[in-house]
Amino acid sequence: MAGALIRMATHPRSPATGLKGSRCSGCLVAVYPADDACPRCGGPADPAALSGAGTLWTWTVQRYAPKSPPYQAPPGGFEPFAVGYVELKEGVRVAAVLDVDDLDAVRIGMPLMVTAGRGVPRARPATLGEEGS
Amino acid sequence: MSTDVLICGAGRTSFGRSEASGRQLAVSAVNAALADAGIEWSRVRAAFGGSDSAGLADTLVSQLGLTGVPFVNVKNGCATGGSALISAVNAIRSGMADVVLAVGFDKHPRGAFDPRPEDWGLGEEYGTDGLMVTTQFFGMKIQRYMHDHGITPRTLALVAEKAYRNGAVTPDAWRRTPVSAAEILDSGMVSDPLTRYMFCSPGAGAAALVLCSPEVARTLDGPAVTLRSAAVRTRRFGSFEVFSPWIPGGELTSVSRDASAAAFEEAGIGPGDVDVCQLQDTESGAEVMHMAECGFCEDGEQERLIASGATEIGGALPVNTDGGCIANGEPIGASGLRQVYEVVQQLRGRAGERQVPGKPRVGFTHVYGAPGVSACTVLTC
Repeated sequence: MAGALIRMATHPRSPATGLKGSRCSGCLVAVYPADDACPRCGGPADPAALSGAGTLWTWTVQRYAPKSPPYQAPPGGFEPFAVGYVELKEGVRVAAVLDVDDLDAVRIGMPLMVTAGRGVPRARPATLGEEGS
Repeated sequence: MSTDVLICGAGRTSFGRSEASGRQLAVSAVNAALADAGIEWSRVRAAFGGSDSAGLADTLVSQLGLTGVPFVNVKNGCATGGSALISAVNAIRSGMADVVLAVGFDKHPRGAFDPRPEDWGLGEEYGTDGLMVTTQFFGMKIQRYMHDHGITPRTLALVAEKAYRNGAVTPDAWRRTPVSAAEILDSGMVSDPLTRYMFCSPGAGAAALVLCSPEVARTLDGPAVTLRSAAVRTRRFGSFEVFSPWIPGGELTSVSRDASAAAFEEAGIGPGDVDVCQLQDTESGAEVMHMAECGFCEDGEQERLIASGATEIGGALPVNTDGGCIANGEPIGASGLRQVYEVVQQLRGRAGERQVPGKPRVGFTHVYGAPGVSACTVLTC
């Protein structure tokens, strides 16, 4: 965790806030978003900032506009978008919208950086300095 | 197991779009099952049933007859039919009743399901940002599986092609027109790698079973099928399920693996003994993965098995002989009992044009659904 916090403070392109997950003190299972209890053993879980650096574990493309509500299309209207699970080095796979320029270039294993903002987590291709951090 | 349980009657309606209400369809299926068994409704001593979104099963008594029968509503997602069936089994084994009804029915509006994030313990952003979509999960699970085990898009197309071909010889199926693998691959991507014709559609339909004790079965004329086991499980830690904001790292666990293993163990029969099976095929990828999760092959073997015709009606392991969910559609509460209906017809030798040759003796059914629940049965004749 300390490493992640230091990198966030020193890397100008790092997100303002890390992924606020949690980690079980007993079995070391990390989850996102944070939860009070560990889903494996039921024991107490502590807040943990997740680094956000990882690789794409699986993905698909949402080709049609989801039903609305609840879906809210962006101001420019619906465009197909990629979603996937990014496997973080903490050992958790986090669901995220993939902010990629080319849907045809999405591949399992590609390095990504996940950030948390107002909506669901979003992942973008990692830059060289972020990979394997 | 203590007491044998037999299926002495099975009924279903046509599946698809219907003017009838879900409850009306349920009454039709129950009456068909009772007629099949040669048993009057007044002889039924307990009933279990449910739907996901078409009403309460216990209200069916106003059409079936107010006999005072104990009638328990079941609401267990895609396992609704399976859970009703297991409740019926336990009612017979416990001595509560000797003739028991299990019924499942549903009627869904056109288009994909639209669940609400708050019902799943998720923040509203998962809905507003477009992640509450079931087809995404199906696409992502098979995407990873194809990567790990060398399954190709053509195999996904062959699964759907078989479903429509089997639907064409199933009078009560919804999709009864054969579609070629090339058309399936070319039908438009929905959630990569799954195309439009690889998916089932939410629809309407009902299925019902009459179960009885061996003593009752001896008084009936028709051939009864023995329900050797029925098992329901929920997910363990480490499984990959729909609407998960995260999943654990490492190798995946599988609730279908757990439920099928429990059903086979209870029956004292292995996957290698099965002559005909019905596996949850929400889309092509699900059938492929469930073949391995239910113990019928190793991961990756599907690529060769499916291409060789092993899962066809005339193959070594016929899968989804009635066209499955892809050809019948998915009325959530009904699908699990539709599968059992189909195996009962196959084991009785009454499946008509889609009859598995060589007098099948052992059948298996498997349903799977959100949020990580599976129900399996083993049947013999």
